[in-house]
Amino acid sequence: MTDQSRIRNFSIIAHIDHGKSTLADRLLERTGAITEREMREQMLDTMDLERERGITIKAQTVRLKYQANDGHEYILNLIDTPGHVDFSYEVSRSLAACEGALLLVDAAQGVQAQTLANSYLAIEAGLEIVPALNKIDLPAADPDGAAAEIVGILGGDPDDVARISAKTGVGVDELFEQIVATVPAPSGDPDAPLRALVFDSYYDAYRGVVCYVRVVDGELRDGDMIRFMATREEHPVNEVGVLTPRSVEVAKLGPGEVGYLITGVKEIDQIKVGDTVTTSANRATEALMGYEEPKPMVFSGLFPTDGDDFERLREALEKLRLNDASLVYEPETSKALGFGFRAGFLGLLHMEIVRERLEREYDLDLVATAPSVAYELVRTDGHQSTIRSPQDLPDPSEIQSISEPYVRAMIITPTEYIGTIMELVTNRRGSVGNMHYLSTDRVELTYHLPLAEVVFDFFDNLKSRTRGYASLDYETEGYRESDLVKVDILLNGMSVDAFSAIVHRSAAQDYGRTMVDRLRKLIPRQMFDVPIQAAVGSRIISRETVKAKRKDVLAKCYGGDVSRKRKLLEKQKEGKRRMKMVGSVEVPQEAFVAALQVDD
Amino acid sequence: MTDLSMLSADRPDTVELAAGWRSAYVHIPFCARVCPYCDFAVVGGAEDRMTEYVDAVVAEISMEPEWHRLDAVFIGGGTPSRVPSDQMRRVLDALAARFGLADDAEITLEANPEDWTSTHSDALAGVGFNRVSFGVQSFDPVVLVSLGRLHSPVQAAESVAIARASGFASVSVDLIYGHPVETELSWLHTLDTAVEVEPDHVSTYSLTVEPGTELWKQVRSGAPAPDSDIQADRWEQAASTLGVAGYTRYEVSNHARPGHGCRYNLSVWGQGEYLAFGLGAHSFRDGVRSRRVRRLDSYIERVRSGIGPIQASDVIEGWDAELERLMLGLRRAAGVNAGEAGQALLATADGARLIEAGVLAVVDDRLVAANPLLTDEIIRAVLALDGPQR
Ligand SMILES: Nc1nc2c(ncn2[C@@H]2O[C@H](COP(=O)(O)OP(=O)(O)OP(=O)(O)O)[C@@H](O)[C@H]2O)c(=O)[nH]1
Ligand SMILES: C[S@@+](CC[C@H](N)C(=O)[O-])C[C@H]1O[C@@H](n2cnc3c(N)ncnc32)[C@H](O)[C@@H]1O
Ligand code: SF4
Ligand SMILES: [Mg+2]
Repeated sequence: MTDQSRIRNFSIIAHIDHGKSTLADRLLERTGAITEREMREQMLDTMDLERERGITIKAQTVRLKYQANDGHEYILNLIDTPGHVDFSYEVSRSLAACEGALLLVDAAQGVQAQTLANSYLAIEAGLEIVPALNKIDLPAADPDGAAAEIVGILGGDPDDVARISAKTGVGVDELFEQIVATVPAPSGDPDAPLRALVFDSYYDAYRGVVCYVRVVDGELRDGDMIRFMATREEHPVNEVGVLTPRSVEVAKLGPGEVGYLITGVKEIDQIKVGDTVTTSANRATEALMGYEEPKPMVFSGLFPTDGDDFERLREALEKLRLNDASLVYEPETSKALGFGFRAGFLGLLHMEIVRERLEREYDLDLVATAPSVAYELVRTDGHQSTIRSPQDLPDPSEIQSISEPYVRAMIITPTEYIGTIMELVTNRRGSVGNMHYLSTDRVELTYHLPLAEVVFDFFDNLKSRTRGYASLDYETEGYRESDLVKVDILLNGMSVDAFSAIVHRSAAQDYGRTMVDRLRKLIPRQMFDVPIQAAVGSRIISRETVKAKRKDVLAKCYGGDVSRKRKLLEKQKEGKRRMKMVGSVEVPQEAFVAALQVDD
Repeated sequence: MTDLSMLSADRPDTVELAAGWRSAYVHIPFCARVCPYCDFAVVGGAEDRMTEYVDAVVAEISMEPEWHRLDAVFIGGGTPSRVPSDQMRRVLDALAARFGLADDAEITLEANPEDWTSTHSDALAGVGFNRVSFGVQSFDPVVLVSLGRLHSPVQAAESVAIARASGFASVSVDLIYGHPVETELSWLHTLDTAVEVEPDHVSTYSLTVEPGTELWKQVRSGAPAPDSDIQADRWEQAASTLGVAGYTRYEVSNHARPGHGCRYNLSVWGQGEYLAFGLGAHSFRDGVRSRRVRRLDSYIERVRSGIGPIQASDVIEGWDAELERLMLGLRRAAGVNAGEAGQALLATADGARLIEAGVLAVVDDRLVAANPLLTDEIIRAVLALDGPQR
């Protein structure tokens, strides 16, 4: 156990790609946590998906031993966090386990939207912020300009802002010293009953649920009987340890320490991220703050392509939720797709990642339906409800009003793009809010926009209009009444619930045409003509036909090729198995995926 | 054997009889050169190996355990017409000696028009062949060249007349439609000319791009592929032109005058058993389907050494055989007895869809492809059936 005065707990936070994981590499290296041979870039991005996409998705914690200039050895618990807006829940959970936050800013890009958003999170959490300019090795770096922007937000002296290159290692040693000097040591009560915050968890097939904990007061000891205060579950501790980044078993964790805890629990619902662990024998009376439940922004149906996989999907979701506390879901039934779940996500990237993780880590084949935001519905009889799926929208005659969620969007951009951004926002039914200059040529703009307009392809559009220079962050700000309609897509006269969408009336025609057009290309010719229609209520707004196929027969089948022809047909039959029947129409699984692809 | 001269091959009673026929197939791999679309077991040139090969075939025949008398013999290729008639005589003699031939057995030879002289024709008739099937493919010189064929339209027409003069009881021509250079006019002309030369039987095949062939390589590197919608039009034109001229379509790609359905093929589609000899040939005997090695050298070597040329065998029994009965039988205009698998199909959603779409019909107790151009839709649904308690 380590003396609290020798512990520093901090998260590295920044806008996406500003170099958090690369800096973590340097810290791992300098402290000898890993050998040169083990080293690879963005070491803490361990998931395949993270490495493929070059972004951090999961916050990762690691415990480092650092020999400081004052002659003492310090324990540094660092948490590398993701920068993408969809994963900000990972950031806020990480912050709750720390006393400090290392705020990185790319010196070539300056302060960006998530720099601000994450700084505010750290300030709200009462953390000491250590700002640092990264990538000073880049020719385009403007450290003075970026330092001025940081000071504009956090206050202080531009000369105190560290200047480093996570890539070359310049300035990293000095930064270490600054962290030790600036980040407060933890100040838990070693004699009080145990209180440890569960800030993350995952499911291990052999060891059961593994919890990541930050001990605040008391001691977490191997073998003790512990109690999860929210779920009221009691279990003996099977193992406690620290991550170096390898798991290393220890006898106990004291106040201020960060590590992992295994009880051998395999029932997943007994563990909740945000819960407080105490000892059964000497219970704490008051739980730690815990976390605010994240508010999902978009919803989508997740269905196994093979209906028999429904139970496996349920299990997979339960396990994944341990490792992704921002995921919410409930069962849903679709006429076209059978049994599945309606899941809520923090954004489209989150949705995509969840689907990919389910498919890869749990070997499932899934269809995701068109994403939708949550609407507030008032029926003619005055009854109010929330609509998370277009399926649930009643007939227009029963609707008195529908409201949609709005967001306050913050865009940071060079001033030259203000015009084109205004245009984009107006096209997306947005209205102007504030304008705030970060420096003479960079500005922070605030707008009010329907969430549905922001969440889909707004960001891509913003990027291309501003040649990648603008960044975006948003937060919800209530509901407003809107002229919304449901567009149904009909195959051979039958509505396919998976393709229905709630859209603003002005966008109905567009959505209908796009879907009909895509489906015409995706649905193979059948034994009969298949009309594809888009409709609002009973009004058809778009229509195409997939003509019946004319010929599907082998030219010949004689004595010499019965086996071969049979094999060929068997193979084609396997392709048929991967079709979903929608009424009498065979729709390939890929068509659901491709038709619902958001970016075209 | 029953006299079939008055029976049509599109009638249920005829096709059901065929299941009981016993036949034999002999493969002759030699061709002048390999056509770009062909994926049969063939060797280009190699005339000098013919005798050696026939020796091996004769030896293989003598090694085959005794069986029934043969109702049909089919010598196919490759190009059997390239082999001298005395060699062909050795093959037929060996079959007759080993198994015996029914008095009115159908004895077919596949032939290429450019090989068909009067002398050769007479000689082969003398050897015992009573049916000849010519690889005419087209009566349009442009299409013939594109198919890489060595004969002319005139040669094709003449060979039919020559065969008649030699006394062949049944003369057939093969046609291929749907090559991208073929126009509708060209195909109609081919059909009309075919009718004019008055064969007894016409096979019309949609050009198929078989993997690994020269044609396949061309298509893969960007050459136009046959268009299946156009081929559907051509199929309909064939059925109607030939129908008006007195030919009945009795299988997806086969048309015959009354009494001229190919017995050998009818027996295969009726799931009858057949022996097979020669490289690449498949036999179906005692419920076992066996495939022979495809390479000339290994075939000869394995027959000589006594190992025998069979490369692999499959037992076709139970539910498997039942599915195959439908798969083969559904290609016939007369359809197939529904039986166990047929009833199972009708009980599925697939079966209902096929009927609703007008692709499958039930006539008396038979399943019939009501739209023969979509037969494979039915067959795939058949192959997807779950067997009883497997
Ligand atoms: N030139 C230069 N490139 C850097 C430096 N630090 C990071 N990079 C590069 O910037 C890119 C992003 O780095 P990451 O460490 O993955 O950034 P991150 O902040 O962890 O990104 P997210 O976790 O996705 O938010 C990578 O290509 C790094 O090689 C630096 O100091 N100099
Ligand atoms: C076994 S081949 C041999 C017959 C003979 N050697 C000839 O080519 O005339 C029998 C028939 O199959 C047809 N055939 C071969 N390959 C084909 C293909 N790829 N597509 C369509 N028909 C084909 C031709 O009509 C050919 O006449
Ligand atoms: S089509 Fe006939 S001639 Fe041409 S290669 Fe094939 S078997 Fe030989
Ligand atoms: Mg990262």
